[in-house]
Amino acid sequence: MTTFLGMPALPAFGSGNLFAGESFPKAAHRELGNAQLRANLGHATHTIRDKRQAVVSELPDWEQLRDAGSAIKESVMARLPELLEEFEKNFTARGGVIHWARDAREANEIVAGLVRATGETEVVKVKSMATQEIGLNEYLEEQGIEAFETDLAELIVQLDHDKPSHILVPAIHKNRTEIRDIFLREMPGADPALTNDPPVLAMAAREHLRRKFLTAKVAVSGANFALADSGTLAVVESEGNGRMCLTLPETLITVMGIEKLLPTWQDLEVFMQLLPRSSTGERMNPYTSLWTGVTEGDGPQNVHLVLLDNGRSAALADEMGRSALHCIRCSACMNVCPVYERTGGHAYGSTYPGPIGAILSPLLTGIQAEENSSLPYASSLCGACYDACPVKINIPDILVHLRSVDVDSKRGTKKVPSQMDVGMKAASWALSSGKHLGLVEKGLPLGRLAAGRDKKIKKLPGIAGGWTQSRDIPAPPAQSFRDWWAKEHKSPAPSRDEKETQ
Amino acid sequence: MRIALFATCIVDAMYPATAKATVKILERLGHDVVFPEGQACCGQMHVNSGYLKEAVPVVANHVAAFDTADYDVAVAPSGSCVASVKHQHPMVARSCGDAALEARATAVGAKTYELSELLVDVLGVTDAGAQLGSYFPHRVTYHPSCHGMRLLRLGDRQSRLLRTVQGIDLADLPEADQCCGFGGTFSMKNADVSSAMLQDKAANVEATGAELCTGGDASCLMHIGGGLSRQGSSTTTLHLAEILASTMEEPASVTGEVRVSTGKALR
Repeated sequence: MTTFLGMPALPAFGSGNLFAGESFPKAAHRELGNAQLRANLGHATHTIRDKRQAVVSELPDWEQLRDAGSAIKESVMARLPELLEEFEKNFTARGGVIHWARDAREANEIVAGLVRATGETEVVKVKSMATQEIGLNEYLEEQGIEAFETDLAELIVQLDHDKPSHILVPAIHKNRTEIRDIFLREMPGADPALTNDPPVLAMAAREHLRRKFLTAKVAVSGANFALADSGTLAVVESEGNGRMCLTLPETLITVMGIEKLLPTWQDLEVFMQLLPRSSTGERMNPYTSLWTGVTEGDGPQNVHLVLLDNGRSAALADEMGRSALHCIRCSACMNVCPVYERTGGHAYGSTYPGPIGAILSPLLTGIQAEENSSLPYASSLCGACYDACPVKINIPDILVHLRSVDVDSKRGTKKVPSQMDVGMKAASWALSSGKHLGLVEKGLPLGRLAAGRDKKIKKLPGIAGGWTQSRDIPAPPAQSFRDWWAKEHKSPAPSRDEKETQ
Repeated sequence: MRIALFATCIVDAMYPATAKATVKILERLGHDVVFPEGQACCGQMHVNSGYLKEAVPVVANHVAAFDTADYDVAVAPSGSCVASVKHQHPMVARSCGDAALEARATAVGAKTYELSELLVDVLGVTDAGAQLGSYFPHRVTYHPSCHGMRLLRLGDRQSRLLRTVQGIDLADLPEADQCCGFGGTFSMKNADVSSAMLQDKAANVEATGAELCTGGDASCLMHIGGGLSRQGSSTTTLHLAEILASTMEEPASVTGEVRVSTGKALR
């Protein structure tokens, strides 16, 4: 590979906060032990799920909208290099400056350099998944630059020195009493008489944030969409904090993944219907900000955009997995996922949790990245995510594809094959012929023996012990169906021809 | 009509009564049932666990067993296995570059139906009580399995059939469309999460006060039933084929506590 997407030779995979520090089952085990977390998550996901269902059902053309969204994204992926060039030309022509970053380190260095050039040591931020992904706040802190999150939930998480647990509702795992305690402990000048009433908490955050908005000279934002035909960027939000960040400071630095592009202004129409309904369950979000370069005397006079690859070209190269890049970060898949609902986002160990994270993180970082290879297995393949996805990403099929990539990448590399490897090989033999299966079924009486008098098998060895951890297995029958059938039908059934002539 | 039964490996080995019930229903409607003896398994466990290479012989075997047999349509009492035959088999064949196998698999898939789909769409069963003599005087709740619901889009075919069984007291299952947590090897690889999902499913089943939880997939029922059993619940599981096959003369055998809701005790 010499040149790809207009950039010099790339490291294949992404870096930064995309990596899980431990395997999913291990992290999930820990998170499942937190009863409060499970109750908070169950409540929040059910609320958003119901709201979404209601506003989606209102639209007679919802399925066509999903098809349109999917088709637009597919065409973007098919001609991404050309669209990026068109966008760069238009963005630059209107006074913006483009920076290309191949990974987290490059992106962080670019942003820090831009902030340093302004002479400032504080920046305000509007919620951005891309900057979470690259760990920008931590990097800026190392460089002596303080970053203030201005999204309410993001602020809560930041004040608590925690990590987001959901991409849309980062503080989904915290209840209002926990939030009051965080404010009292961490927010300078918080009123000691603060109650846990949501409007009271919101007002406290507002006062705190207003001071930051009015003094900040530099803002860092993400972007939901970039329109190639005009060089326009868009941020979609609920609280107005984004608009404050996008208009008040002198310098605006946006960090955006290269996949966020849309070909034309008109394409935005489809996504402005899909995104708010899928994410917050609203017909329309309260604030949509669009900006095109620099307007003299109005808004930021220095406008920068860092276009981030960080594994996206690697994901794009995966023919089966590339549609994961269609994701518009609405979180609908998380809110319907039974696995996410019980473990929360931290169990996924990546900026991107839930079903989309289970495919996106390994696609961006490579399945060889050890702990991330457990993510594609973090699903029962129930398919609820695929049904909810506004751009029809077939998450279950991509999960299965990534599992096979994982299994294949480990073939022949292990000195001792895993129990799963051995079991699957044996099962392949047993299940690839009626004769073999019939032979295995001759062992059914043994299972009956093992089940004992209460006709239940309560403990199995090895990985199968995962099953008997919380479930019995019924005693097998005395006779398989196959044997019963063979005895019942000793003479072969008459063929169709014989029957018709009878 | 000549109908080939795909018993599925789990029903064949663990729940022969479900396959027998399927045969009974079809024969009662006047059809011939054949059992292609070479059949074994759909290979879904291998595919879903990422062992595509190991799935190839399993899929090839299924295709060979069914594309040589003499029948009009094939049926399986399992939404997830039918979904595998329809959606995964051509994909597995493609993965090993076998275009001939892919074409044969696609043809077999097109002729394969899930039981309720066959009954409603092909055989025109609208009233199980009247057309099959189905009689089951028990309080039952119904869990629609994910693959039937989302991959095959069975809609309300299964519950519609259940509702027309004479004597049945069908209780709505809260959060019915939530996965039970089985997910094949997911239940072993992520045993903790699977157990947590099962716990909620079992609690919802218990909340209905039903004697039995039914559904169209033996594997999900084994999972739910195994959890209920471990928790010491008297509620058990029974495949919907067995409920449809149950008649006044030949009632399905029901284990566990019997809370007959219609006042007519079966035993």
